[in-house]
Amino acid sequence: MTTIEAPRSPKPARTRRRGINGEKWGWIYMRASGLVLVILIFGHLFVNLVSGKGVNAIDFAFVAGKLADPFWVVWDTLLLWLALIHGSNGIRTLINDYTRTPLTRRILLIAVATATAVLLILGTLVIYTFDPCPAGAAANLVPSFCQGR
Amino acid sequence: MPDKTAGTLATTSRRAPVIKPPKRLVGTVYRGREGMWSWVLHRITGVAIYFFLLVHILDTSLVRLSPEAYNAVINTYKTPIMGLGETALVVAIGFHALNGLRIILIDFWSVGAKYQRLMFWIVIALWIVLLVGFVPRQFMHIFGAH
Ligand code: HEM
Repeated sequence: MTTIEAPRSPKPARTRRRGINGEKWGWIYMRASGLVLVILIFGHLFVNLVSGKGVNAIDFAFVAGKLADPFWVVWDTLLLWLALIHGSNGIRTLINDYTRTPLTRRILLIAVATATAVLLILGTLVIYTFDPCPAGAAANLVPSFCQGR
Repeated sequence: MPDKTAGTLATTSRRAPVIKPPKRLVGTVYRGREGMWSWVLHRITGVAIYFFLLVHILDTSLVRLSPEAYNAVINTYKTPIMGLGETALVVAIGFHALNGLRIILIDFWSVGAKYQRLMFWIVIALWIVLLVGFVPRQFMHIFGAH
């Protein structure tokens, strides 16, 4: 059985670490990203679910119209990176809390890190290589500004 | 590491102050009552939103594939069942966002911890206001004629 020090007893010198305190910066990140995400997420939800015809308005032409505007490109990029890293770091906390063996902990942490990296790259590539007027697409499926291009 | 968390308490060293355990294990920020339940809800909503986000990045990526592929998938979001799912998502995000702001205030505002219980009920009130604004409109979109 391991021993837990009495609360507030001085930290033994050997456990003090030098260098960057990752947990501290993770803690700060959760709060800093959370503040920005409040604006990004409620703006996102308002434009896509509430205004106009709500979810019924969403189709390829709707998304293409948004991604043709640098404002939404920046908005969506920030949303992707801040939310996914915030969520993954939160899941990391849950894995640390609930796994019972170092092996399951390792496997789950690697799975989350892999999923995060893959989705960040995929999402970023989609935003920056997107073509609102793909060649050969039916005219009724693409934004109206594609006519005459 | 998880294996370090279970064990016996070290015998109190001479320098450490003696802290009496509370008589009932309630009333601290994270044990019992509003503090604990806000934490439970924050955790559940955080995980739920996370799994939605994973799927949502994938479905949105279909815009890069073809207009037809994207439209086919996004049209399933307009069905009544998925409409209720979107409602649940806003319910979850609404609580997580408002309670997240409460957590930030507890951590950084000098009297945040003192007012954490009051702030919990303010979170619940604002949450209800948010949903009263959102849910009828969402139901209009998914169940109404369009
Ligand atoms: C809307 C804005 C948001 C705010 C203000 C916010 C705020 C917070 C805060 C302050 C924490 C606590 C971190 C800690 O205790 O150290 C947290 C945890 C967490 N958040 Fe968020 N968050 C937001 C959005 C999101 C989103 C979009 C996701 C999912 C992708 C998410 C998933 C999580 C998870 C899984 C946790 C860990 C829960 C736990 O440790 O019990 N959050 N959030």
